[in-house]
Amino acid sequence: MHLQTSTATPAVRFQGVERHFGHVRAVDGVDLAIAPGEFFAMLGPSGSGKTTCLRLIAGFEQPDAGHIEIFGETVEGLPPYRRAVNTVFQDYALFPHLSVGDNVAYGLKVRGVGRAERDRLAREALAMVKLAGTETRRPSQLSGGQRQRVALARALVVRPKVLLLDEPLGALDLKLREEMQSELKGLQRALGLTFVFVTHDQGEALSMADRVAVFNEGRIVQVGPPEEVYERPATRFVARFVGSANVLEAAQAASLGGAARPSSLRPEKIALLAHGAPAPEGVAVIEARVIDVSYQGPVRRVTAVTEPGLTLAAAVPASAAGVIAGATVRLAVPAAALVPMEGEG
Amino acid sequence: MSLATFELPEPREGALRRLSDVLTRHTRLLTLLLLVPPLLWLGLVYLGSLFVFLGQSIFSIDEFSGTIVREPTTATLLELFRPANYDIVLRTVGIATAVTLLCALIAFPIAYYAARYAGPKVKAAFYLAVMMPLWSSYLVKVYGWKLLLAKEGAIGWFADRLGLGGALEAWLDLPLVGGPSLSVSYTGMVLTFTYLWLPFMILPVQAALERVPPHLIEAAGDLGASPGLVFRTVILPLAMPGVVAGAIFTFSLTLGDYIVPQIIGTSALVLGQAVYTLQGTAGNIPLAAAFSLVPILVMAVFLTVAKRTGAFDAL
Repeated sequence: MHLQTSTATPAVRFQGVERHFGHVRAVDGVDLAIAPGEFFAMLGPSGSGKTTCLRLIAGFEQPDAGHIEIFGETVEGLPPYRRAVNTVFQDYALFPHLSVGDNVAYGLKVRGVGRAERDRLAREALAMVKLAGTETRRPSQLSGGQRQRVALARALVVRPKVLLLDEPLGALDLKLREEMQSELKGLQRALGLTFVFVTHDQGEALSMADRVAVFNEGRIVQVGPPEEVYERPATRFVARFVGSANVLEAAQAASLGGAARPSSLRPEKIALLAHGAPAPEGVAVIEARVIDVSYQGPVRRVTAVTEPGLTLAAAVPASAAGVIAGATVRLAVPAAALVPMEGEG
Repeated sequence: MSLATFELPEPREGALRRLSDVLTRHTRLLTLLLLVPPLLWLGLVYLGSLFVFLGQSIFSIDEFSGTIVREPTTATLLELFRPANYDIVLRTVGIATAVTLLCALIAFPIAYYAARYAGPKVKAAFYLAVMMPLWSSYLVKVYGWKLLLAKEGAIGWFADRLGLGGALEAWLDLPLVGGPSLSVSYTGMVLTFTYLWLPFMILPVQAALERVPPHLIEAAGDLGASPGLVFRTVILPLAMPGVVAGAIFTFSLTLGDYIVPQIIGTSALVLGQAVYTLQGTAGNIPLAAAFSLVPILVMAVFLTVAKRTGAFDAL
């Protein structure tokens, strides 16, 4: 495995990039630097600008302001076919009139690679994604998961410097998605490529990426390793979007023993305490009335309101007994679980 | 008003509702009921009479009495290959091919623009513009073109004004496509046909182009294909079924027409005129039937070739 450029040059660099559609500022001043060989996730709700950022890297969109570099090369004005990046589309975008083998070989064909050579490379690429022997089939004869792999092979066979993935697992069922997650991660490691992928699924972003950028309203609100984004959300938006944390105002956080700052509190950090049990050191205990319980397999998500009118969500073991709507429970909140948020929004 | 206290009235039972129940349960019955009338029309009235007529081609005509000899023979069919008749077939197929190619060439950019770039308002205007000529009389349009193409007509006048009079003369001096004036040349006939059938090419091509997912075009560019290559390797193959559908219209409409060639073009006959004369004044129904087989065979060959070359791969 080797990297094409020194690690000092980012694989992708955005500087103050903006993209407007009419009055909508789809991308509103984005700065980012993606390191070579990094698995980088762009996470955000629909309409947050993450897909537009991906399309700006691919060249399907041109920025209205700002500067984009791919491995140190300025790419503004460069059409997609002049960029050393390739995309795996959300709907796979396989050519329906070509066989699976010809789909994979398409990028080689337009570069003038001879028939025998491109057939060999396409076979290799298909074997890499565990689809050996499907060359003569039509995309319409494959399942969703298989089409996804063909799209991956088609993009990888032309050796992109950066692989872009637009919601690559969105259309797959849960089991297949988990399988593909680890496979994608494995491929990325084996090839040493830079992967940039867009998703609205926080679980996917956290489990696959080396770093996650959280998008909201055309801006990046936080970038960092998954643990950091999850454990220390910078803003209310990140706290709520990534793992649906509780968001406490400054006074509420202070009343539970935290800093007098707006803070986030992960539901799984809240425990149930039996009636009469003493409060451990550094743990605030509050009584709350359960208003909703939803069973989620390993845990029950309990929504409860405290006397001062604070609504808290807690994830408690599914085996916890006696937790029904209307019941009064004692919630144990460790002061260390209150994470102050620095950012606005 | 509270949603909880609102009483939803029971639907009223009736014969129609019970009929709906039966048809919902027996979907085949519904299909059958819907298809029987058109199938009867298509099968008996249309195809039946067509085959009865085409069947006449195995009979022959008595040279002296002019009556039909009802004995199976291949003589009539073989008559098609007599030089005079064979020329008619070749001439008509040639004209139809030229018309189809010209229609496809003109229609494609228009359809491409309408399918991929036009906004809703422009698209409505486009449909109107394409369909409008179909609302006026066919004969008016053909006579209109006769005037446009005439020696002193608008096309000649414009050519003179633009200093292209010489080029027009040079074109008319060419063998085959030329003639004394555009209105009595094959060129004029092809132009008129192209104008008449153009909507039948634009609409299917536009429909096919509209179904090409934009992502496919992006994917091709993403994989390194320049716009020209994207067009050749993705857009054109995917639009081909539409082009073939349009070509079926322009080709068969030209093969069967006998009015335009009477008004515009040379005095040499085309298929439609031959059939018209043979079944009318000449009373030679068997040969007219034999001639009528030609367009069907030509279309069959055309579709087979189209399929072989992969024009329907995208379907």
